[in-house]
Amino acid sequence: MEIREKSGNYCLKFYLHGTRLASGFVRNIKQAMVSLIQPVISFWNSSIGKKILVALSGAFLVFFLIGHLAGNLLVFTGRGALNDYAQFLHEMGHGKGVWIFRIGLLVALVLHIAATVALTRQNRSAKGSQYAHNATMRASRSSKIMIWSGLIVLAFLVFHIFHFTIRVNPELADMADPAQPERHDVWGMVIKGFENPLVSLFYIVALTLLCSHLSHGIASMFQTLGLRTGKTKDASKIIGIALAVALWLGFISIPVAVMTGLLKADSSGYSDTKASVIEAQIAKQ
Amino acid sequence: MNLTLKVWRQAGPESEGSMQTIEAEGISEDASFLEMLDVVNERIVEEGGDPIHFDHDCREGICGACSLTINGVPHSKQQGITTCQLHMRKFRDGDTIWIEPFRARAFPVMKDLMVDRSSFDRIIAAGGYIDVRTGSAVDANSVPIPKEDADSAFDSAACIGCGACVAACKNASAMLFVGAKASHLNKLPQGQVQKDERVLGMVRQMDAEGFGNCTNQYECEAVCPKEISADVIGKLNRDYVAATVKEAVK
Repeated sequence: MEIREKSGNYCLKFYLHGTRLASGFVRNIKQAMVSLIQPVISFWNSSIGKKILVALSGAFLVFFLIGHLAGNLLVFTGRGALNDYAQFLHEMGHGKGVWIFRIGLLVALVLHIAATVALTRQNRSAKGSQYAHNATMRASRSSKIMIWSGLIVLAFLVFHIFHFTIRVNPELADMADPAQPERHDVWGMVIKGFENPLVSLFYIVALTLLCSHLSHGIASMFQTLGLRTGKTKDASKIIGIALAVALWLGFISIPVAVMTGLLKADSSGYSDTKASVIEAQIAKQ
Repeated sequence: MNLTLKVWRQAGPESEGSMQTIEAEGISEDASFLEMLDVVNERIVEEGGDPIHFDHDCREGICGACSLTINGVPHSKQQGITTCQLHMRKFRDGDTIWIEPFRARAFPVMKDLMVDRSSFDRIIAAGGYIDVRTGSAVDANSVPIPKEDADSAFDSAACIGCGACVAACKNASAMLFVGAKASHLNKLPQGQVQKDERVLGMVRQMDAEGFGNCTNQYECEAVCPKEISADVIGKLNRDYVAATVKEAVK
């Protein structure tokens, strides 16, 4: 009897100890979560915190643009080089690489837009009423239209993804590389895409706005990240404008080259669809 | 000289305001801008009207009391001066001059051209100081400070807290003011001990007061009567990141 009572007590003690351990563990996890999430929330809620997120996501997007342009310029070296590069991007990391990049870009883009829209709303509310007679002393034109240049570039981006990435137009989607018919003819698609003057015009307008956005954005990034000092302020401004103009020239060179006929699809026929190339090969055999 | 003034008139903090046209006749070109308003006010009082209310104190450009946005620019388009240092010879006979209060939600209008800038005082109270033992004065050279640091701290310390930076900013951001006040102390050895709590405290108070966010257009730098450089904003950003990281891992 005594033994049973004792063992019962032990069981109870063990049970209580266990629940205490478990509740302690839950409390520890809660504390860890709070200590992790609290700084993130207060960082987001602070004016400088959101600006730093804008600067970092913007920097990531600028690095992407540099890489994107370097790849695009392969269009001038011919069909093989650009299609090889496109194939490499899609096969990199067993096809996962391109998706890792896309997710990274999407996260950066969403952060950049969410933070800037939140900041712009705060800014408008902070000013309250406007001056009856308004004047500016130094602000550049680009800096005054950042939210609009950004949102128009976003609209272009949606179009651009439907146009060249998702390829909603079957004429562009079904193009096959004549040398390797199993792969898509990116080179032919780019040229065919830009042969439409409206597409080229929208592209050039959007890229011009992007250049305006970056001419203020890149220099601002240096300031927000605390890299702009008395010594580096001129350099940060020059880097911003130079990089914006270089990207603009590089990107618009392609539609301009297509429109002026400098870049033409050769006789091997960019309009060949995958099916027609395969049919032709079967006929040969 | 004869001028046409377009002046913001508002009876009180809760009232609706509007622009009123007032003719200012026979103004001496040697008068300061505030003296011109004094002359106009005397005439308004003689005619039994309500004089234009505006802030002023030392009239020497060192106290930070005077404000006024003149033709859309705080302290006027003349660089490196306060409104009290502006003279009527900078205008031409027959000019129309727009005179408005400093605009920002954190600077509510009290009456006419007077605004409540006590939000700046609360930012200072949140970290714009150092805690030191008072008593007999310490020898000036007991703490060696590099000349460059002393000069740059002094440049920041030149801020008179007038609020022109906020008034000029389309976002009503107080980053130049907070940057100047924080770096004034952060650059000196005496300010190091409380550097992080100062930066976090002042930035949080700035946000709580409802000031906007800097979009790096540097209108503030252009209108600052003490010509404080926007470099202090970069330093504030840098110090804020360091303080945030330290606070998160501490």
